[in-house]
Amino acid sequence: MNIHEYQAKELLAGFGVGVPKGGVAYSADQAVYRAVEIGGSRWVVKAQIHSGARGKAGGVRLCAGDVDVRQAAKELLGKTLVTAQTGPDGLPVHRLLVEEALPIARELYLGLVLDRGRERIVVVAHPHGGMEIEEIAQREPEAILREVVEPAVGMQAFQARELAFGLGLAPAQVNQAVVVILGAYRAFRELDATMVEINPLVVTADGRVLALDVKMSFDDNAMFRRPNVAELRDYAQEDPREAEAAQHGLNYVALDGDIGCIINGAGLAMATMDMIKHAGGEPANFLDIGGGASPDRVAAAFRLVLSDKNVRAILVNVFAGINRCDWVAQGVVQAVREVQVTVPLVVRLAGTNVQEGRRILKESGLPIITTDTLAEAADRVVAARDGARAA
Amino acid sequence: MSILLDERTPVIVQGFTGDKGTFHAKEMIAYGTHVVGGVTPGKGGATHLERPVFNTVKEAVAATGAVASLVLVPAPFCADAVMEAADAGIRLVVTITDGVPAQDMMRVKRYLWRYAKERRTRLIGPNCAGVISPGKAMMGIMPGHIYTRGAVGVVTRSGTLGYEAAAQMQALGVGITTSVGIGGDPINGSSFVDLLALFEEDPETDAVMMIGEIGGPQEADAARFVKEHMTKPVIGYVAGLTAPKGRRMGHAGAIISAFGDTAAEKAEIMRSAGLVVAPSPADLGATVAQALARKPARRVMVSP
Repeated sequence: MNIHEYQAKELLAGFGVGVPKGGVAYSADQAVYRAVEIGGSRWVVKAQIHSGARGKAGGVRLCAGDVDVRQAAKELLGKTLVTAQTGPDGLPVHRLLVEEALPIARELYLGLVLDRGRERIVVVAHPHGGMEIEEIAQREPEAILREVVEPAVGMQAFQARELAFGLGLAPAQVNQAVVVILGAYRAFRELDATMVEINPLVVTADGRVLALDVKMSFDDNAMFRRPNVAELRDYAQEDPREAEAAQHGLNYVALDGDIGCIINGAGLAMATMDMIKHAGGEPANFLDIGGGASPDRVAAAFRLVLSDKNVRAILVNVFAGINRCDWVAQGVVQAVREVQVTVPLVVRLAGTNVQEGRRILKESGLPIITTDTLAEAADRVVAARDGARAA
Repeated sequence: MSILLDERTPVIVQGFTGDKGTFHAKEMIAYGTHVVGGVTPGKGGATHLERPVFNTVKEAVAATGAVASLVLVPAPFCADAVMEAADAGIRLVVTITDGVPAQDMMRVKRYLWRYAKERRTRLIGPNCAGVISPGKAMMGIMPGHIYTRGAVGVVTRSGTLGYEAAAQMQALGVGITTSVGIGGDPINGSSFVDLLALFEEDPETDAVMMIGEIGGPQEADAARFVKEHMTKPVIGYVAGLTAPKGRRMGHAGAIISAFGDTAAEKAEIMRSAGLVVAPSPADLGATVAQALARKPARRVMVSP
């Protein structure tokens, strides 16, 4: 789960990380009010979307007066921003962060991630912040400073000091940077984050070390014990179908093809999509119905897949372990009757109670194409799609 | 022989009396698994499925001599249950539970290292289908009838894709020594490398099938291990060749994970390490059968 920049800054500030003076605004009036409240004569108005690279996309405006602030807010609110990280559809701007504009002496990079390889939290830093950090990591990976945190004791102050000195900071800034690094680490641990990125971390002209831009992502599996983080979720930043799927315990990702997929298990789902492509088709979605799929859940899966108007045929592929084929078959029959599936439907069942499942499909009298193997299933659904296209 | 588990291994179930625990314990017993009891805190002293229930794993181990435990407790309690089993001296913990927080797994794995190697717990999972030694015993949720006893070791991140492989192999008359689901979570108990090492040592295993997925460094690590340490043929597949790159936030992930995250990159790494990569997920069984038919002379390790 991702949150907005202003939310991440509020969270980090609670752990002692310095951030610029600022506040959130939902309207142009509020943006001007925030600017007056902050004081000074120069402000930054930043579009709040769940993406980086907003500056290049025109989502960050430097303003020299309240007329400017109002104008920037009017232009940004309601707009859809497309950045290098959002994909072509972009994300809608409903909230703004208004901040004091600060004279900056240096820009640094600081990131914390859960490293799957090391199975540890790793803190990475680089003396040059900004958007080229990924290129730097590719070009000269040895220039990236890294500290691996031992989970039994947590991050130690000496590790933060090594990073701070490694960044080439003056002694006066090292102590401030240590507070930032240890604070970001504590936030990571205590809020079940999977990523905290401060980019850039800046040294201001007057010598303060502040988090100028922050991104945070969290572990969905841990949100049951982090209600104060979970409530920051902004559904407007998520694909509506993916959010709808999550409500039903389904894992759905929309794709560009025309063959709808309903499958149990992420690995089998990906393999089935590979097989469809192998057979000459293009999957319209990834959809994992998970274990213990009830008829209601299967019906919800059909509704989701059919909400994509590009879908010309559907493939259901269930290899039942916890699931039982007879339940899945009942779910399919119920869904086809309720949801009115008007495109060709290919169903491949295997595993627990497979004979019973096939019998239920057959006796339903519905025009369901049944197959026994994965290869056959992919061939049949591509052929059915071709037939539907020709019709 | 098989790895990890056979019909003589005394097994307990943590979360024994719950719905899931009851259902899967019954299936395991029916398959032939030597289930000697279970643990549900607060229900100690009761009898369930004709077997004793204990309050703690330590009591269960003392009374039954259990050496393996299947953990079927809800995600918020999973890390605690695994650590309890490790502290009680259980040598093999298999956990099916999905939705375990990643930082819980980080702490659990660190915790397991506090024990000396001779008594350290091997953890399989979470978020996996479990372990089955066909014809002998199973600890997990897989449909037992799709597995045939034989000479191929299987290790897979995905549960259902593992079923797919087993069924394809069964249809071609190819059997399995042991099939292990290691789970799809970012941090899991045992890695591909851990299991490949066991299969390499198992005298009954002639070849190994490993089924990976996009994301994470485990498949590349495994390929390197195969090249450097394995004499038995290894057949690979990586699901997700057609998966699109997801939306993302920030750069930190990309800085940590260099080359080798996509399915195509992983398949290429496998090929260059000498693995036979199945051309499609419908050819998992056939590729294994071909590799066995070729009966390659066992490579002899030459020390450098």
